Amino acid sequence: MKKEYLKLDRIEGPLIELSDIENVSYGEVIDIKVKGEDKRKKGKVIKIDNDRVVVQVFESTSGISVNNSSVSFTGKPFELHLSKEILGRSFNGIGEPIDGGGEIFSSKIFNINGRPINPVARKYPRNYIQTGVSSIDGLTTLIRGQKLPIFSGNGLPHNELAAQIVKQAKISADSNEEFAVVFAAIGVKHDDADYFRKSFEESDAINRVVMYINYADDPIAERLTTPRCALTAAEYLAFEEDMHILVIMTDITSYCEALREVSSAREEVPSRKGYPGYLYSDLASLYERAGMLKNRKGSITLLPILTMPNDDITHPVPDLTGYITEGQIVLGRELNQKHIVPPVNILPSLSRLMKDGIGGDYTREDHPDVSNQLFSSYSKVQEVRALSQIIGEDDLSETDRKYMDFGRDFEDRFIGQGFNENRSIEETLDLAWDILKVLPVEELDRIDPKLIDKYLKKLK
Amino acid sequence: MNNSQGIITMINGPVIQGSNMSDYKMREMVTVGNKRLIGEVISIEGDIGTVQVYEETEGLKIGEEIVSTGKPLSLKLGPGMIGNMFDGIERPLKRMNSMSENFIAEGIGLISIDTEKEWEVDIFVKRGDRVTPGLIFGEVQETSLIVHKLMVPANVEGEIIEVKENGNYTVEESLVIVQDKNGEKYELKMYQEWPVREPRPVDERMPISKLLATGQRVLDIFFPIAKGGTAAIPGGFGTGKTMTQHQLAKWSDADIIVYVGCGERGNEMTEVLEDFPELIDPKTDKPIMERTILIANTSNMPVAAREASIYTGITMAEYFRDMGYHVAIMADSTSRWAEALREISGRLEEMPAEEGYPAYLPSRLAEFYERAGYVKTLNDNDGSVTIIGAVSPPGGDFSEPVTENTKRFVNVFLALDRELAYARHYPAINWLNSYSGYVKVLDNWYKESVSENVPDVRAKMLEILYEENKLQEIVMLVGEDVLPDDQRLILEIAKVMKIGFLQQNAFHKEDTYVPIEKQFQMLKTIEHLYDRSYSAVKKGIPISQIKDEELFNDIIKMKYNIPNDDLQGLENLNSRIDEFYNGLERKYSDD
Repeated sequence: MKKEYLKLDRIEGPLIELSDIENVSYGEVIDIKVKGEDKRKKGKVIKIDNDRVVVQVFESTSGISVNNSSVSFTGKPFELHLSKEILGRSFNGIGEPIDGGGEIFSSKIFNINGRPINPVARKYPRNYIQTGVSSIDGLTTLIRGQKLPIFSGNGLPHNELAAQIVKQAKISADSNEEFAVVFAAIGVKHDDADYFRKSFEESDAINRVVMYINYADDPIAERLTTPRCALTAAEYLAFEEDMHILVIMTDITSYCEALREVSSAREEVPSRKGYPGYLYSDLASLYERAGMLKNRKGSITLLPILTMPNDDITHPVPDLTGYITEGQIVLGRELNQKHIVPPVNILPSLSRLMKDGIGGDYTREDHPDVSNQLFSSYSKVQEVRALSQIIGEDDLSETDRKYMDFGRDFEDRFIGQGFNENRSIEETLDLAWDILKVLPVEELDRIDPKLIDKYLKKLK
Repeated sequence: MNNSQGIITMINGPVIQGSNMSDYKMREMVTVGNKRLIGEVISIEGDIGTVQVYEETEGLKIGEEIVSTGKPLSLKLGPGMIGNMFDGIERPLKRMNSMSENFIAEGIGLISIDTEKEWEVDIFVKRGDRVTPGLIFGEVQETSLIVHKLMVPANVEGEIIEVKENGNYTVEESLVIVQDKNGEKYELKMYQEWPVREPRPVDERMPISKLLATGQRVLDIFFPIAKGGTAAIPGGFGTGKTMTQHQLAKWSDADIIVYVGCGERGNEMTEVLEDFPELIDPKTDKPIMERTILIANTSNMPVAAREASIYTGITMAEYFRDMGYHVAIMADSTSRWAEALREISGRLEEMPAEEGYPAYLPSRLAEFYERAGYVKTLNDNDGSVTIIGAVSPPGGDFSEPVTENTKRFVNVFLALDRELAYARHYPAINWLNSYSGYVKVLDNWYKESVSENVPDVRAKMLEILYEENKLQEIVMLVGEDVLPDDQRLILEIAKVMKIGFLQQNAFHKEDTYVPIEKQFQMLKTIEHLYDRSYSAVKKGIPISQIKDEELFNDIIKMKYNIPNDDLQGLENLNSRIDEFYNGLERKYSDD
């Protein structure tokens, strides 16, 4: 017999408080039935103090009064039923179908909070994923099992880049291995969600996509469960069904804002910019779910997208994300204004796992040196440009003028490949050599002379 | 011991409160709830106790019990630690993985070093011997590199009344029985227990006098870390903190490395587990894993154990120091530890100081860094603990509380720089705002062990780098061409310094570790190049002639082309410099 509680003490934002509650466990899910509404609302216990309980409601609390609802405790944590039937389906942020299809019935039940992967059980990611985008494949190589966010800004084409990656990525090198995409939309505009749905359809991936969608006008608290549902589904597909999963989460900034809103409703001590002190741990509990396990075939590659408020990379959301993820792909407004797309600003971009997943055994022997050289030469280009703005391009030394040429060529041809071109890694590296040949050979100080002989002499 | 049991009355994330806890002691270890989660008492008020829980608290209920263990959070210190990876409270992750596959479950209980493995023990004492705390009564070959010395625990003093024969024993077996003057008997086993938050006793602290050689040029020559010293490596994300810490863990000449992965990435710990067993220590020819202890609390593991992990690491380091070893502990990252403090402090609703950090942050940092030191141990050996802490300032801003306060308590400050990292200049240690307080202290060491000239050459070359920085500001405004030749020479030499000396390639077989002798010879070669080219400039020879591409290039590439064990190549380079400039000067004086 389940007890129902008919009176609430307090309602504030997404939180409700009840008292005289017995036998409740921390993290337990509750059901709220509001008079006159058919659909039950769900919530989760986030604090217990003696007989008083604070509950975070996942749906809107509007319409709830202290007297018009009955609350019952399910005795269980937040769980999802999962089977392979979820492929091709769409759900809301708490895992309920929103595509008109039926519920998922399965005996496989998972707690959406997951559990931390034991570091000794992890397999170190080494196989690269060819995305067909030169700036990523060549300079910030994506590795299977990596978490590599896209740092973007409002109005920048991050969605297009993500869609291009989904369309072109060779997630599994071996065609016998299955892959799928899990898409978590957190507080996104309807337009954006539609854009993704359409691009999945165009790339024939729609039957391999699971979507968890929380629209911008959906309840805030549901944003906190959306990525957790998606990652639980990803863990299930990767580690129970041996599939290679690419998880796209957008927009992490909305997630963090929802977290801040709930935290301030709980009257917690804020740290930077009003975000709660546990923002780092909380983001880590999402990002760290990416990876591979030694005794499983599948993998979870995580591609979160976040918009940097005011394009500020030191804002807490990109900052803490960068400390957890294995690198970042940063989009630049200046490049975008020059119509260089995808506008990947390579200097602050980085892939931490690339060092172990490129080179002769994986991509090509010249890849590490060439990417190093491109970074170092392009960073030199920035210095030369700053100088040329002061003294004019004509007064530059000859070498510096060559750097200016290199910079333009590199941006137009290497970075600015457009959203429709799909380049193999060989094409990307050959193109890099073709662009580097503009520079005097002694400026190529990051490349092994043997490789210069082998690749550059061929071109000249 | 008390029999009364606490009852949970409040649950808020990793912080819980219980009533009926007036007999509980501050900092006592407790088990919480039916799942017997591990926790620690962090405050008591009346009969209400507050406990931080080291495991996930989901599913706990009001009314479940809080059970006392009667002792503070302590470690079992004994054979079986080296080569192993533990969580923040010394639970071996491999064992945990066999109990709960792939994912870390809660309620595993307090497990520690392997109690079933048998070790071959040599015992040095006999019946009737008097023993004092710290005395070494036996030893075990723990790995091929490390002899684990068995020490008399700190509270035991008296006469030996029973001793076991040499042979194979498990850590739980009693080896020696000691009776003190009051007739109290103590069983000595292979392990001892020690509370993590208490520094272990030493005979006396000694002055710092030796370099912790790391094989990294920018450190060993310009910003040296001393054995028993403290260093901080602050840097924004992507500047290579972890990479630098890994390099230090791999190559520094400490006997034992304790690597604490505190709130960092899971894959990084996995990388260490995969790499270290295959890397060979240049001095001992053994895998460096045989001297390494890993402690991992990845960013998604419970936050309270993150707070403890730093203390667990330093306690292990002190224990090996007490055997007479030189231990280096890398804490990556202390910012995550400070944030764990902040998170728990916030849940306790304490009054926050700067940026939400608790007011006791500076004192906690000081307590931690002060546990470093070069000491005379209780058994009259030399030992040291060197602390190297990474700091992750939000937004790469060094004026934030953790970096600022850390700066006050460390002597070496290795500032990682975003601009350098963007240009892929690694290690991205900025030579302008880094410093080492050990430069003076180590002068004698350098003079005796490397060369009389180290301090002078170092100062001279650093001067060139500082000078170059000033000149760059002018170049940014007017271009390089307008500078006089002697200043353009500074720019060229600084470039050689930066690419050929300061940059070091962690992935290059020859360059990843460089012995101090070669480091100094390389520096002298660049100095020689500077001296000769400078006097050529003074003779009025134009810079375009002085800068011979091939010669400069070969000097830049000396780090790759001249093997660590054969420095003849450097001699040849020096003669080439002389030949070239002699020729040049002859040519111009003839004209």
